[in-house]
Amino acid sequence: MIAFTLNNQTIQFDGDPKTPLLWVIRDRAGLTGTKYGCGISQCGACTVHVNGMTKRSCVTPVSTIADQRVTTIEGVDGKEANAIHTAWIETDVPQCGYCQSGQVMSAVALLKQKPNPTDEDIDGAMAGNICRCATYQRIRQAIHTAAQQMEESE
Amino acid sequence: MKTLQWLTVAGILSLPLIAYSGQDSSSESAAGTPAESLRSAQDFADINNEEKRSAAMFEELGKVIQHPRCMNCHPAGNQPLQGMDMTVHEPPVERGPANFGTPGMECNTCHQSENVTLAAQAKDIKSVPGNPKWHLAPIEMAWVGKSLTQICEQIKDKERNGNKTMEEMIHHMAKDDLVGWGWKPGEGREPAPGTQKSFGELFEAWVHSGAHCPSA
Ligand code: FES
Ligand code: FES
Repeated sequence: MIAFTLNNQTIQFDGDPKTPLLWVIRDRAGLTGTKYGCGISQCGACTVHVNGMTKRSCVTPVSTIADQRVTTIEGVDGKEANAIHTAWIETDVPQCGYCQSGQVMSAVALLKQKPNPTDEDIDGAMAGNICRCATYQRIRQAIHTAAQQMEESE
Repeated sequence: MKTLQWLTVAGILSLPLIAYSGQDSSSESAAGTPAESLRSAQDFADINNEEKRSAAMFEELGKVIQHPRCMNCHPAGNQPLQGMDMTVHEPPVERGPANFGTPGMECNTCHQSENVTLAAQAKDIKSVPGNPKWHLAPIEMAWVGKSLTQICEQIKDKERNGNKTMEEMIHHMAKDDLVGWGWKPGEGREPAPGTQKSFGELFEAWVHSGAHCPSA
């Protein structure tokens, strides 16, 4: 039996320990905000936080996150998440939306470590999140806007 | 709606497949294929001149050191390499301040503490490599683009070997778990020649024979 925290709730999983965390989040816990894009850590659609750090859940065996704290797009909160949320809506970032929960999770993780990121920091953090609608310019703009908002509300 | 969703999935999928098509899977041996062999110190016993014997042993060590499994994480620039053809790592990650990626895109965003065989199907990749210490060698330990002689001098230089004595280097080569990954690189990847044990023994013999470098 593998137990971990998913958005502040305890999840117990007694299936194959090699099952990717993404499968457990979507199929066992029924949280479908986290997406399957490639399954080979190449697109970022499945990004979640494990103890606050980004993780590609499609290549993370559930056994490796036993007793850890997992956060998905449904549960992410705090001032960075709030700022990103507002800026995303203001900037009208998503097009089809498929990649966006992964983009948001990477952006929030970036702001936690770099509250005022440069373009270079944004490129670094977001390099593994592919958007087939090419919303990259708006993502960059919204991250800057969120950073600004955070600074102003200090 | 369903159709639209699947088109999206296919679109996202097509990018990684392009990214991976550069990796020549035919040159990677399947898991379980015996690794290329590595000669032992005894095999050099017939070279009477100690300096020549020592240098010859280092050339043999070079089969491991210059194998892509080792070189790919000792790049000269800020991006790791991958595959037997040593192409730039996909996705396009950066070294970062601690050789562990950049904020929000650290090595362990994708690399776990162990090799992970993929649950998903992909044409050219079978597993994501992993180790608890997965990270890039610091830039002063860059090997790519250098001759074996230069690498040899570098390994002996405390400024460029992590401030290690040669005895500490022996321990590092023979025992370090991340070095050892080179011989158990996960499904779909060709391991470095020999074993970590035989490599460590040969490295020790090289050090104790005076640690002479091959001439340029
Ligand atoms: S689905 Fe995990 S990175 Fe693409
Ligand atoms: S908004 Fe469509 S894939 Fe990014």
